[in-house]
Amino acid sequence: MDYNILIGGEAGQGMDTLSAILERTLKRNGFEIFSTKDYMSRIRGGHNFIQIRFGDKKLYSHKESLDVIIALNAESVNLHIDRLVENGTIVINTGSDINDHRLLEIPMKEIAGEIGNAKIAGSVALGTVLKLFNIKRDKVNSVFDKVFKKQDIVEINMKAFEKGYGLVGGKYEVNGMNDDDKIMINGNEAVAVGAIAAGCKFYSAYPMTPSTSIMNYMAAKMNKIEMVVEQAEDEIAAINMAIGASYAGARAMTGTSGGGFSLMVEGLGLSSMMELPLVIAEVQRPGPATGLPTRTEQGDLKFVINASQGDFPRMVIALKNPEDAFYQTVRAFNMADKYRIPVILLSDQFLADYVTTYKPFDFSGIENERYMDNNKSFKKGEKTYKPYELTPSGISPRIIPGSIEGFTVLVDSDEHDETGHIVESGRLRVKMNDKRMKKAELLEEDIQEPEFFGSKDFEVLYVAWGSTFGPLKEAVNNLNRRGGKKYGALIFGDIWPLPKKEIVEKAKKACTLVNVEQNATGQLASVIREQTGIICTKSILKYDGRPFSPEYIIERSKTL
Amino acid sequence: MSGCGFETYETAWCPGCGNFGILAALKNALEKLQKKPHEVLVVGGIGQAAKTPQYINTNGFCGLHGRAVPPAAAAKIVNRDLTVIVNTGDGDTYGEGGNHLIHNIRRNIDITHFVHDNQIYGLTKGQASPTTAEGHVTTVQALGSKMLPLNPLLLSLVLGAGFVARGSSGDVKLLTEIMEQAIIYKGYAIVDILQPCVSFNKVNTYKWYKERVYRIGSDYDFENMDAAINKASEWGDRIPLGIIYKKERPVYSDKLDFLKKGKALVYRGLNPQKIQGLLSDFM
Ligand SMILES: Cc1ncc(C[n+]2csc(CCOP(=O)(O)OP(=O)(O)O)c2C)c(N)n1
Ligand code: SF4
Ligand SMILES: [Mg+2]
Repeated sequence: MDYNILIGGEAGQGMDTLSAILERTLKRNGFEIFSTKDYMSRIRGGHNFIQIRFGDKKLYSHKESLDVIIALNAESVNLHIDRLVENGTIVINTGSDINDHRLLEIPMKEIAGEIGNAKIAGSVALGTVLKLFNIKRDKVNSVFDKVFKKQDIVEINMKAFEKGYGLVGGKYEVNGMNDDDKIMINGNEAVAVGAIAAGCKFYSAYPMTPSTSIMNYMAAKMNKIEMVVEQAEDEIAAINMAIGASYAGARAMTGTSGGGFSLMVEGLGLSSMMELPLVIAEVQRPGPATGLPTRTEQGDLKFVINASQGDFPRMVIALKNPEDAFYQTVRAFNMADKYRIPVILLSDQFLADYVTTYKPFDFSGIENERYMDNNKSFKKGEKTYKPYELTPSGISPRIIPGSIEGFTVLVDSDEHDETGHIVESGRLRVKMNDKRMKKAELLEEDIQEPEFFGSKDFEVLYVAWGSTFGPLKEAVNNLNRRGGKKYGALIFGDIWPLPKKEIVEKAKKACTLVNVEQNATGQLASVIREQTGIICTKSILKYDGRPFSPEYIIERSKTL
Repeated sequence: MSGCGFETYETAWCPGCGNFGILAALKNALEKLQKKPHEVLVVGGIGQAAKTPQYINTNGFCGLHGRAVPPAAAAKIVNRDLTVIVNTGDGDTYGEGGNHLIHNIRRNIDITHFVHDNQIYGLTKGQASPTTAEGHVTTVQALGSKMLPLNPLLLSLVLGAGFVARGSSGDVKLLTEIMEQAIIYKGYAIVDILQPCVSFNKVNTYKWYKERVYRIGSDYDFENMDAAINKASEWGDRIPLGIIYKKERPVYSDKLDFLKKGKALVYRGLNPQKIQGLLSDFM
């Protein structure tokens, strides 16, 4: 069982509320959910749509074929009717001039008017749609409570819902309805919750779609968690503030999209030069410049790997899905502290905003290891403290400035000696550069190999990264079920330093190596080639700002 | 002078540079306030002035050009036990870092900002800074600076700064007093400090300043904004030294209850197992 509902309309028509309620009601009935938003960069008007896919098995992606269109205007029908299945339904207000046998006109506006509030028309449609799917209505009230909070608003919406529910009979079969034990979360929320769980105490950022909702979630928790979320005056301030907080000993993070990251680049190098841990979420949107602000792309991979002057260690983790985003964010803080380096979490608008269901994340296994040396050898008088002490590992001791009398911490963006004082000696420069790069070697040992899925006897091997995980997973499953050629896929999460073992082994076995990426130039393929000499002979690239769907990958696979 | 141990490395400043007077006053002020080295954080950007953290035995952060204030502000937010002082140049503060100055005056975090204002870019060998006079000829401003000089005191006042002062490296005694007051002041305190650059500013020399500066009298009411605006506007033949404006204002941390209670934020742990409840937001 696997259904797909589209809600379409203009910005400002209440689609957000309607979809939030529909999603949550379906989730509370025990279904798996995968919901995506397609928004234009405007507050009113335009065409926006939300697709809510639900089923009884784990869903990894959105899909293109539609079972129901809830059309808040006629345009929504025209734009999406091609994707509606033969047995589909178009739910629309009475009086449209559309001629299609799948049309189900309901007087949602009239009912809303009778009850006395135009805004509740969506709840009428909600009732109708739930009835079409034979879904019990007992969960709806509590969802309204959660979304609307005010009792009078809940009541009129319930009234509208009941009217809608009574308008039609059941049409679709569902199974797998049971007690709900899942969470439903998007990529940005998962990053935010992960950072909080990691003990992040300072988040500074400048608003930029599609990264802003990370900040929104944390800001709502400031008091409860006792963390500071600060809107900086610009991205340069944002990253330099986070570095200052990190210097002072707090776990600190910033987040932005490509444009803001461009402004942060000097700060990125600063964090590495000063050897101060830092976590940066870079949530990609299509560029260059302002690009497509509310759309998706994986166009910043080579940028974040190479950003800033000079050679220095950094880690880049591409996030694959919200669950991965949570656990990897926690890990990013530990890696940043362990190696005293910047760690970049690379996400994108698709992953930032799609909502899907998981078992609740497991906090019991989280260990926040600070790698601080405050309690070790630096008691007063025992030893001198050097923030850049040359050690065999390249990792120097770290203390909280101000925490031990008699010890001070000097950090420097200029090349420096072990005490943090500026030097220009060529010999010391080489030592310090080697010290920093030594950490990059160690880091390689902590790197996670890409995840493999598909047929073990693959002839075609896909390589992809980050959020392409979901659509590709469904595409590969589907292709293998059809028989014929066998497909496998390697999805990179840790992407810098590039883990090489799996790709080198698997590439030997593959007849065709195909990079599947949401950009125009095949940036992962280029990194793989640079790092391993392996060449992807074919590619599936997409850069129209809309995410891959499994169907799209399958279609393109046919023409490889 | 090294009683509290603020002495450290030899400096790389030119002999006769105004920075020496400022560094001396800073050490004096910290000693008078009985601060210990580990309790103080001195932050600089990049420039001659910004090297101050190199030459004083406290915690130090030599960051990026123009970016001294953001890390200083954040360090104070997470560790209110630190006395956080920014020492940096006029180019650093008013040029490259102008946006941070504007918004950190608004943010009003309890940090102190000493601007070594030599009216020139020293480290890069003498180009015009935002406070360089109109017509001042440099290697780059070969036909004379075409821009109006910025008045940092007026700017700070209109942005709502609660502590605005001017000092001079030529009057270390007064500068020490001003610095003490600025450090004690609860909120963002900015002190613009006249500092001759003997190598690259041949206009604003010791002599040039000496002929013009005067100490503001004890009858001056530094809580009066109108008076402050007038005082801050004085420039040219007569240049006032002293506290121009001082008034208590709520600081950043007054607006966040959790920051005030308990230990400084940096010393507060978090048990991840105790916040699993956050997931109810997603149920
Ligand atoms: C991003 C960046 N741009 C330019 C520079 C070069 N630079 C270093 S110091 C400086 C100006 C210094 O002037 P000021 O801040 O007044 O300090 P002073 O040397 O006069 O004390 C410049 C332009 C730099 N280090 N970083
Ligand atoms: S160049 Fe000017 S500011 Fe720099 S040390 Fe020399 S005199 Fe001082
Ligand atoms: Mg200067």
